[in-house]
Amino acid sequence: MSGAPNAEAPKQRLTTSAMIASIAAPGQRTASAPFGHALVALAKSHPGIVGLTADLAKYTDLHIFAQAYPDRFYQMGMAEQLLMSAAAGLAREGAMPFVTTYAVFASRRAYDFICMAIAEERLNVKIVCALPGLTSGYGPSHQATEDIAIFRGMPNLTIIDPADALEIEQAVPAIAAHDGPVYMRLLRGQVPLLLDAYGYRFELGKAKTIRTGNDVLVISTGLATMRALQAAEILERDSIGVEVLHAATIKPLDLDTIIAAAGKGGRLVVVAENHTIIGGLGEAVAAGLLRAGVAPKFRQIGLPDAFLAAGALPTLHDRYGISAEAIARQIKGWL
Amino acid sequence: MASTPPGKTAAARDDGFPHTGSNVSLRERAYRIRRHALRMGEVQGQGYIAQALGIADVLAVCYFHAMRYRPDDTRWEGRDRFLLSIGHYAIALYAALIEAGILPESEIETYGADASRLPMSGMAGYTPGMEMTGGSLGHGVGIAVGVALGLKRKKSDSFVYTLFSDGELNEGSIWEGVMGAAHWRLDNLIGIVDVNDQQADGPSAAISSREPLHERFRAFGWHTQRVDGNDIDAVATALDAARAVRVAAPRIVICDTRMAKGVPFLEARERNHFLRVEAGEWQRAISLLDETFSGGAVS
Ligand SMILES: Cc1ncc(C[n+]2csc(CCOP(=O)(O)OP(=O)(O)O)c2C)c(N)n1
Ligand SMILES: [Mg+2]
Repeated sequence: MSGAPNAEAPKQRLTTSAMIASIAAPGQRTASAPFGHALVALAKSHPGIVGLTADLAKYTDLHIFAQAYPDRFYQMGMAEQLLMSAAAGLAREGAMPFVTTYAVFASRRAYDFICMAIAEERLNVKIVCALPGLTSGYGPSHQATEDIAIFRGMPNLTIIDPADALEIEQAVPAIAAHDGPVYMRLLRGQVPLLLDAYGYRFELGKAKTIRTGNDVLVISTGLATMRALQAAEILERDSIGVEVLHAATIKPLDLDTIIAAAGKGGRLVVVAENHTIIGGLGEAVAAGLLRAGVAPKFRQIGLPDAFLAAGALPTLHDRYGISAEAIARQIKGWL
Repeated sequence: MASTPPGKTAAARDDGFPHTGSNVSLRERAYRIRRHALRMGEVQGQGYIAQALGIADVLAVCYFHAMRYRPDDTRWEGRDRFLLSIGHYAIALYAALIEAGILPESEIETYGADASRLPMSGMAGYTPGMEMTGGSLGHGVGIAVGVALGLKRKKSDSFVYTLFSDGELNEGSIWEGVMGAAHWRLDNLIGIVDVNDQQADGPSAAISSREPLHERFRAFGWHTQRVDGNDIDAVATALDAARAVRVAAPRIVICDTRMAKGVPFLEARERNHFLRVEAGEWQRAISLLDETFSGGAVS
């Protein structure tokens, strides 16, 4: 109950943006429903692709696929266990199911069904989940703060956390080309678009340097990469050079690239993620570096090990340290 | 409709029926619950208002006719427990808790705001009178089974109510609970299911096989009633029967409700899980509600 507040009524009011959440900053470029559109485009040349959801098509951008291919869409009702079992069954019979729900429900409720029905048999199911980490103001029931920790322990499962609309668009064909189960964290609705400006291309299994800098190496994933890039600009004003290495694929992790970057030039190494600091990218990087005998000054930016509060996302991101300003502040304090 | 429960006469307030003897009708309670909910919706410019308006009559009967509680002591051992499985209906329960005197009306202004005790999804640790953390759907019936067992262990004569939804009927966990409750003959468990024929992606009857619901619950061993959930007398009669009937079985009251009930222009709008209401429409809805109530027209 760490999030439970006192009885005092707050002075300032910010709209809780749970159902119409956008993580885009005001004025930021966005693209609409990149997952839905990318899946429709891919499905044209991949007749085996089917879409399944558990009463969340509209809220995971799968409704766009459902409209384009009504006979390839299965509404399973709000039954996440059935969702995963049925996807496993369809995959056995040669289909390539893209299944959607929220990250909390896939990781918490449906874990066993993903683990035994899908992953153990290495079935070709793509699990695409909205509201990763802290991207809902609805409180712990909708905040998947530990989904990566849960899924990292599952053998055979590939895990990716795209940072923006461009990456989502490129990841869809890439995960389809990979033969095996994939868990993808999804940003939905109006999704920020920024990586095009960096000439970025998504490659499954590869971490990529998006921005260079001499003082700090930030290794980040998902939404945190967007925030790290914004924080880097803030820090640049103070002549602090921040390199951003984006690890969209969390498992298998591109340790070669990470170790090479972390071993270069005595920089502060910071891992930033939209996830609890327990069991996510930060601990995966730390273990990889230690095993390789690379031991830079190392810090983690991520969500605390707690059930988080409900409220408005901008406030929560700032409070829990994953807004651009909070990231810049933390990094400055560590230098 | 008198708000005196069967077998009870006007008695001391601390018998757990704080509204006994009140001359405020259940119809007025329902109206005021709707009004509180609309005011909360206006504060945030959003909220599950269609659900709140639809379930207001049922909550009025629960809190002003059927249930035993003390407004100033929400942990009172002798209370009936109320488990809101559908966390997104929190706005409706807050409205009922305000009307019941458990929450101050002034907190309407804090609905959904940072650090409010009234978050948009119901959580036990935040709000007096909110007995479970919902939001992840499909939990209420199972928890109610445990609470009912726990009450029996303590030889308590309290009931546990759980309010869940037609969408939740899709979840396997609900049916695990339904079977468990029947197996343990939990005659102190009263389920209320809101059948508003809506869930996130559309009409619930079109999304998953739902009917025949009455026969299903009966076949699972529950004492089963199905009523118009916007007919206050029918709901009250059904909850009376659910408490009084002498069968060693859990009880379900299936309530068919109309989303946005009580505000005709919202009721007429295309049904949607997340009904959008424009900024100027909240006041219009409140005015309409006021007029309808004072005009005496019931539906
Ligand atoms: C386990 C779980 N799966 C999915 C969701 C997302 N979700 C929130 S409300 C909802 C619809 C539930 O049906 P119902 O309560 O009947 O909806 P309503 O009548 O309010 O439209 C869904 C799928 C959830 N909260 N919990
Ligand atoms: Mg419903």
